[in-house]
Amino acid sequence: MAQLLPHKEVVIMGLGWTGSILAQELTEAGLQVVAIERGPWRDTASDFNIGYMPDELRFAVRKDLFLQPALEAMTMRNNIGQTAMPMRDYSSFLPGSGVGGAGVHWNGFNWRFFPNEFVAKTHLTKRYGAKKIAELQMEDWGVTYDELEQSYDKFEYVCGTSGKAGNLKGQIVEGGNPFEGQRSREYPLPPLTMPYASTMFAQAAKEMGLHPFPLPASNMSRPYVNSLGISMGQCTYCGYCERFGCANYSKAAPQTTILPVLMKKSNFEVRTECEVLKVNLRPDGKTAKSVTYMDTAGREFEQPGDIILLCGYGLMNVRMMLLSGIGHPYDPNTGKGQVGRNYCYQTQGSAARLFYEGKHFNPFVASGALSSGLDDFNSDVFDHGPLDFVGGANVSCGNSNGRPIGNRPTPPGTPRWGSVWKKATAETYQNATAVGAQGSSYPTRGNYLDLDPTYKDRHGRPLLRITFDFPDNDLRMSQYLSTQLAKIGKAMNPKQMVVSHATKGWNSVPYQTTHNTGGATMGAKPDTSAVNKFLQSWDVSNVFVLGASAFQQNEGRNPTGTVGALAFWAAEAIRDRYLKQPGPLVQA
Amino acid sequence: MKRYVLALLLATVAAAPACAADKSAGRYQAVLGDCEGCHTAPGGKPFAGGLVLETPFGKIVSPNITSDRDTGIGGWSEGDFRRAVREGVSPGGKRLYPAMPYPAYAMMSDADVATLWTYMKTVAPVRQAVESNLLPFPFKIRAVMAVWNWLNFKPAPFAPTAGKSAEWNRGAYLVTGPGHCGACHTPKTLLGADRAAALTGASLQGWFAPEITSAEPRGVGGWSAQDTLTYLKTGWNSYGVATGPMVEVVEHSTSQMSDADLSSIAAYLKDVPAAEAAPASVMAANDPAMQAGAKLYQNNCVGCHGADGRGEHLIFPPLAGNAVLMQVSAESPIRILLEGAQSVSTKAAPTSPSMPSFAWKFSDAEIADLLTYVRNAWGNRAPAVDADSVAKARASLKGRS
Repeated sequence: MAQLLPHKEVVIMGLGWTGSILAQELTEAGLQVVAIERGPWRDTASDFNIGYMPDELRFAVRKDLFLQPALEAMTMRNNIGQTAMPMRDYSSFLPGSGVGGAGVHWNGFNWRFFPNEFVAKTHLTKRYGAKKIAELQMEDWGVTYDELEQSYDKFEYVCGTSGKAGNLKGQIVEGGNPFEGQRSREYPLPPLTMPYASTMFAQAAKEMGLHPFPLPASNMSRPYVNSLGISMGQCTYCGYCERFGCANYSKAAPQTTILPVLMKKSNFEVRTECEVLKVNLRPDGKTAKSVTYMDTAGREFEQPGDIILLCGYGLMNVRMMLLSGIGHPYDPNTGKGQVGRNYCYQTQGSAARLFYEGKHFNPFVASGALSSGLDDFNSDVFDHGPLDFVGGANVSCGNSNGRPIGNRPTPPGTPRWGSVWKKATAETYQNATAVGAQGSSYPTRGNYLDLDPTYKDRHGRPLLRITFDFPDNDLRMSQYLSTQLAKIGKAMNPKQMVVSHATKGWNSVPYQTTHNTGGATMGAKPDTSAVNKFLQSWDVSNVFVLGASAFQQNEGRNPTGTVGALAFWAAEAIRDRYLKQPGPLVQA
Repeated sequence: MKRYVLALLLATVAAAPACAADKSAGRYQAVLGDCEGCHTAPGGKPFAGGLVLETPFGKIVSPNITSDRDTGIGGWSEGDFRRAVREGVSPGGKRLYPAMPYPAYAMMSDADVATLWTYMKTVAPVRQAVESNLLPFPFKIRAVMAVWNWLNFKPAPFAPTAGKSAEWNRGAYLVTGPGHCGACHTPKTLLGADRAAALTGASLQGWFAPEITSAEPRGVGGWSAQDTLTYLKTGWNSYGVATGPMVEVVEHSTSQMSDADLSSIAAYLKDVPAAEAAPASVMAANDPAMQAGAKLYQNNCVGCHGADGRGEHLIFPPLAGNAVLMQVSAESPIRILLEGAQSVSTKAAPTSPSMPSFAWKFSDAEIADLLTYVRNAWGNRAPAVDADSVAKARASLKGRS
């Protein structure tokens, strides 16, 4: 029997990026907020100690900071004809665990999506006709870029973001991304200092008439004081960003940007190592009354609250909705139901690996988002009329790390081990770089999330089942991109070049990307979205579902910027609209 | 004429906080005296006591001074309160230990104590019984304090110094009276009484409270008045950051003082005589300890503190010119390397970044070399640190946790 706890105004599941933003914004509004976090407390000095943080074996290989499958596993299959099997290890993607969530171990790419991407269905239909996207399940998001602009701005200024604006209030600015939506002001910090490979790439791209720009990085190019008054250090280009917590206070994470202020507030409390088991609904099913959670001693508690915020990793939010009976589960056979719908991933795999002689790329001079890139082949920047796909990819070249275990490039034909491999790896380390493409992932009827019928977690609850394969549209996009990468690669004059693209058959074993999106998508209509434009559940009006689970499709760039912007957007809606009149903010 | 000046000074001293409403003026007196700092346990209710103070004689726990009648001071009269604050005697003749800084509070004016009392009466009652006296025999016998007082306690109201400015005198009153800076910063006799060399730095609770006289570079001699004000208000200035027990002082007390009072404190401290001259020369760069320390510094410290030792403002404290590093005793920097430390959080500087522990990584000799280096690099100057001091600190910290 769960012990009933005193009521709180806001109960948050998960204290990562979105939980921290919502907690900060709602405590500012004077509300009593409690965050319930499954993982441990994590703090820079004690958990990302600079003396041992650059331990690649512990953190990158053995994945010390990530969710372990013993705590929560998932099952996967490529299509509904298969039987899903549990992933015994997280490797294709790496969900975070503990305070800070995946915000601890990201690289720091802090992008905005393009205006046309929030109205993808309308835009593509208008430009190319409905037939062009018939094999996809595109939807509009119910929110526009212009509505989100200020929220993007807030997230960038909380994070401290190094970059160069390409479109300031409608004016195209030389050196930035000319294809981006207009922004109301410049990035808070100038771009990071580009390494040699990125400079070579940018030069070659420019000569080809393309539009390279420094990618937006929440790695600090200068010391920074953020919009909450919190100070951050200048990035040392150590190259231990992705899979690591930043020991130098130089990468934006909840720990470095929000928690120092939030944790001092008397109206905020976090309960760590407490796992939310279920959101409990009132008998009419239209509102939630509490969440049930369990601590590490196995004791159950019931925490009542007026507003329940699901702020876990997107996939966990979807599972929590399914476990709690919030909304209607999606059925791929009928296309009906919303929770689990439009699950998307990210189409990686297009790359041109370039090998040289006599270069010094110094890959160890690195930072998570230290790259030069271009969007000439991304989104709908280029004409898809003559092409057999929609979508695209950001193309980039940078130094994200030169770590000794993981970063061992060798030319094709090199043995996988032995003295020849050793020699090749030593010769190639300074002589290899790559131009990569991070591709869009568009929804189809058959890619979705639901509860697994067979496999259960340690509490006896069904695991989340992922049914996914790369849609043919996205594979054609990937092939097209690889031909573009080959052209850019050739212009960079390598001694040898290896070009690849994505192939059918998503495999959950090799690491690809942690960009899982959709499953609790936002939209203007309750039949094709699980939450409204304010991320409020259509069905249970005091539940808001944050995170990339709200994306109707994933685009050719990293999702965190949009996740952060949507969090500020939802917080504002709760503060300015919901508190004044609790209930559905959009009539179904 | 002289008498007239004195009277004017006294008037200034007494009038400063009295202009605000009674309660906020009283609250301000509590800020000046940092009452909340000692009388609040970590995570506990304000003024409800329970903070353990380590003294050379044993442990004392701060009592509950909320307005609760049974476990606090709700049953006291103003006279009871005045006597406790200024004479160290609570109702029933129970003698307080000078961990309660009544020898300093004795200087407080009648008006200030009265104003403080108006505030203390309004502090929400918290029912929390505290057993204050954890001292061993013979110190646990409170009557012993009568003898101590007879030897060491010469209560006297604050007397302004003629020929000094009103600002200086206000500073002197704040530092020696309610602010009780000497409680930590003045070296003590074997009996725990202040030695003559006021504010020249002292060891307590496993830290070394630095010299805060006009000494340079150990004290505030090289600091401008604005430097001192900024440090006390925000916890930071270009010479360093508050850490260790000073965190609590800045958070509960100095960051909430008025700029005028902080300027007064700055003016006074800069005029307090230094203990002794700083070591004349810097350790030679080719000294083996300096060379070993420089290497350790380059490999472990530059990422945050920089090759030039200047750190980054409000996030990585500077080591160049940092007075905490250059004290006669290296107790504080040794402790920071062994345990790590978290800096202060104030409205102006809310980050409170932490230094991680290096106890697991460095040997005693390495810590000694590293500290010898940072105490003598970039124009810093202080005696070398030996491995024995580090070993002792390591053992004592182990006992502490």
